[in-house]
Amino acid sequence: MSTSRRKFIKISALGFSGVAAASSLGSMGINTYLDDLITDNSLAPLKQIPTYCEVCFWKCAAWAHTDQQGNIQKIIGNEVDSHCYGRLCPRGTGGVGMYSDNDRLKTPLIRKIINGETTFVETSWEEALTLISTKMASLKNAHGAESLALLKHGSPGKHFEHLFKAFGSDTIAEPAYAQCRGPRETGFGLTFGSWVGSPEPTDIRDTKCLVLIGSHIGENMHNSQVQEMSDAIDNGATIIAVDPRLSTAASKSQHWLAIKPSTDIALLLAWMHVLITEELYDKDYVAKYASGFKQLREHVQDYTPEWAYGITTIKPEEIRKTARIMAAAAPATIIHPGRHVTWYGDDTQRARAMAILNGLLGSWGRRGGFYFKEKIDIPKFPHPPYPKPKWGWEEIGENYPFAEMGITNEVIRNTIPSKDNKYPIKAWFVAGTNLNKSIPNKKLLEEAIDALDFMVVVDTMPMEVTGYADVVLPECTYLERYDALRSSPNRNPSIALRMPVAKPRFDSKPAWWMAKQIGDRLGLHNHFKYDDYKEVIAWQLEQMGTSLEEMEKIGVKNYKRKSGPLYLTQGQDYEFGTDSGKIEFYSPQLAAMGFDPIPKYIPHPEPQNGYYRLNYGRSPMHTFSRTANNPNLNDLKSENDLWVNPKVARILNLKKGQYVWLENQDGIQSTFAIRVRVTERIRWDSVYMVHGFGHDNKKLTNAHGKGISDTELVTKVAIDPLMGGTGMRGNFVKILTEEPAKTALV
Amino acid sequence: MRYAMVIDTKKCVGCSDCVVACQTENKVPIGYCRDWITERVEGVYPNIELELKSERCNHCENAPCVRCCPTGASHIVDGGIVLVTADECIGCGACIESCPYDARYQHPDGYVDKCTFCHHRLEKGQLPACVEVCPTKCMYFGDLDNPNSEVSQLLKRRKHKTLAPEAGTKPHVYYLT
Repeated sequence: MSTSRRKFIKISALGFSGVAAASSLGSMGINTYLDDLITDNSLAPLKQIPTYCEVCFWKCAAWAHTDQQGNIQKIIGNEVDSHCYGRLCPRGTGGVGMYSDNDRLKTPLIRKIINGETTFVETSWEEALTLISTKMASLKNAHGAESLALLKHGSPGKHFEHLFKAFGSDTIAEPAYAQCRGPRETGFGLTFGSWVGSPEPTDIRDTKCLVLIGSHIGENMHNSQVQEMSDAIDNGATIIAVDPRLSTAASKSQHWLAIKPSTDIALLLAWMHVLITEELYDKDYVAKYASGFKQLREHVQDYTPEWAYGITTIKPEEIRKTARIMAAAAPATIIHPGRHVTWYGDDTQRARAMAILNGLLGSWGRRGGFYFKEKIDIPKFPHPPYPKPKWGWEEIGENYPFAEMGITNEVIRNTIPSKDNKYPIKAWFVAGTNLNKSIPNKKLLEEAIDALDFMVVVDTMPMEVTGYADVVLPECTYLERYDALRSSPNRNPSIALRMPVAKPRFDSKPAWWMAKQIGDRLGLHNHFKYDDYKEVIAWQLEQMGTSLEEMEKIGVKNYKRKSGPLYLTQGQDYEFGTDSGKIEFYSPQLAAMGFDPIPKYIPHPEPQNGYYRLNYGRSPMHTFSRTANNPNLNDLKSENDLWVNPKVARILNLKKGQYVWLENQDGIQSTFAIRVRVTERIRWDSVYMVHGFGHDNKKLTNAHGKGISDTELVTKVAIDPLMGGTGMRGNFVKILTEEPAKTALV
Repeated sequence: MRYAMVIDTKKCVGCSDCVVACQTENKVPIGYCRDWITERVEGVYPNIELELKSERCNHCENAPCVRCCPTGASHIVDGGIVLVTADECIGCGACIESCPYDARYQHPDGYVDKCTFCHHRLEKGQLPACVEVCPTKCMYFGDLDNPNSEVSQLLKRRKHKTLAPEAGTKPHVYYLT
């Protein structure tokens, strides 16, 4: 929040409604009124109820505090949780607003045509659930269960995934894969035989050198990473930030490499060149654990820092110096895999280059590099085996041989009827993901939605995607429900409980309940043998040597590691998860499929005159588009602004605070206006904004029309040929100072 | 006992968690805040410096708000904390005008409000809510009169500054640079 104090004073002056009577003269040392006020608030014992956060998907365990009336007062971190070390981020602290938001979806809604007009009508759960199950059954009869697709994210997604698999459909995808972190999983997977996963097993706490390539720790509040980066700063670690923009992390770095956008692979190759030609790489580690070093050495021979300078605009001596710093700190050096890595369509190869660099530095499995993560398996609550679908996400993604999860864009493509569509999709169930703000190429998305026979949306808020649904189901927030136990990989395994802190507001219901109700109506009772999800958790906890009763008291339970030490020990024999059991610098798998076995630098398109590259990122107080309306978080940041370099502002005669519109290379214009922020923190060839604003649903009263949506301007999408990721940083915009709608009318 | 807050600008990421935590802890109405984040950028691309920091009432030793308050509602308590007695405040706004840090606002209920260093939490031996929640642990709180306290040690060891020293207010919020 770049809070303007002036604005703040102005607001408070407007809010001034009356004058308290002066009852007595001041008495130094006593503050009676305030003390009374505070006594009311703080001395009455607050009840602590365990939960884990769902404002983003880091899933930090927390304590929700309620007063004697049961009102939620505040939420703070659970001190024994390795996801949060007792501290939440602003989103977690502002989780209260997710509950209190009066714009929430309140009752089930059904699309109806009344007097020739399509509208949503409030309905009962009974009617909504019966309609959904009837429709699902008839679509299954006509086209097979596979024709129903689930697009999901987060905790609600898990419950519907169970429903879908029981029903016979594995047509499941989430934008978190092909629109976010998929490329790095494939890139690191091909190199080390292991996914990075979430949370990333980066040993930032003990690192001596943290290299961030377009990774905005601090702007993305991935909690434990932010905390560990702060510890690393205390410990004197060197931060090297590669970013065309002076991100928050770049401002904390000793070496900010202000790279020309889209040229990162050239820098990575030049770094490899320096490490290899100057023999700075970890020779013992490479000899013992890696394969393909000779091919790599030959491959990077010509990729000199001088070669990279012409591409990246980073001076050769800067490239050499930073490579030497990384090597000196190694193996306690982390080339961070990043998150939201779908940029230019060759993202898996960029991730590969980052993975190889980590391999050369010997940082995988080493203190201060990457630790070996461990999680605890939650016992599966007994249910009959899932039927085997004829096709599912794997077949849909068959053009992308290295995809390891459903590709949302391919689900969208297969929804649009065509004669050679082998996997026709007829219905969508969308849970916890506002597709309109996460999927680029709006036209394609709308074409697919148009073609659907049936669409259900489950959300807590009237997100844009709900507007397209046939049935909208109001989910209660994470503060109002039991949910699946959290078990995530970390240095030590742990589990966390989420239980209701308050009763569901309005007529909202937990996702597990909806899934069960639909399942029961579809005759899948055996997959839902419980009345309350609490029974599932209780059973699982018993198997794990604890109980619901205990977990309700402690919230988080930590377990001992069973898989061995966090790091490789000196000279340890170790088999990586790749085919060869080695870290694969040269990938035979990629070679066999006709892809570059070692990453190459390939130039990407650049903006035409008058256009600027559209870059986007995160703000620490918001998650995707889902928090823009949260009253507490909206209060911190209610709209995004357009970062413009002062030189550009001078040329275009833009003033700070002025509202402008954007038009991309395909003539797509922004729906709303965005405020200009003139700042040296950005290059002159790009503009930047925070993602997740520009809501066009009027029912989001705090967020509607505030700022613009970067996603709607992303219409040119370079697809990653390996895993189907949608590269979204190749769009260019020009800045319009007049409202285009008005101009068009004239 | 002289309470002080020390904030490490090398670690602050400007996330505003301190702001939300204060709002929920102290029931600050939506639209108002007792603490806030500032951003200062200096230089020309790519030679730029960025400083992010959390600001609030400085609990000045020489507090103009206390001196100018016509009713004595603004006063200093043990530990040097500047407080406002709400029911003695007539909302005249003199303190708002006199504060060089813009740290006070008029509460919709009519009185002037601002950071109390979470006085009510200190009494229970807890840290201010903002300090306790900060994910980068860039905020420290303690007693300046105790040479062994974390704040005294940090101020001894690290370069630091206060805001608007020219105002002569002797603030008790320090920034490590």
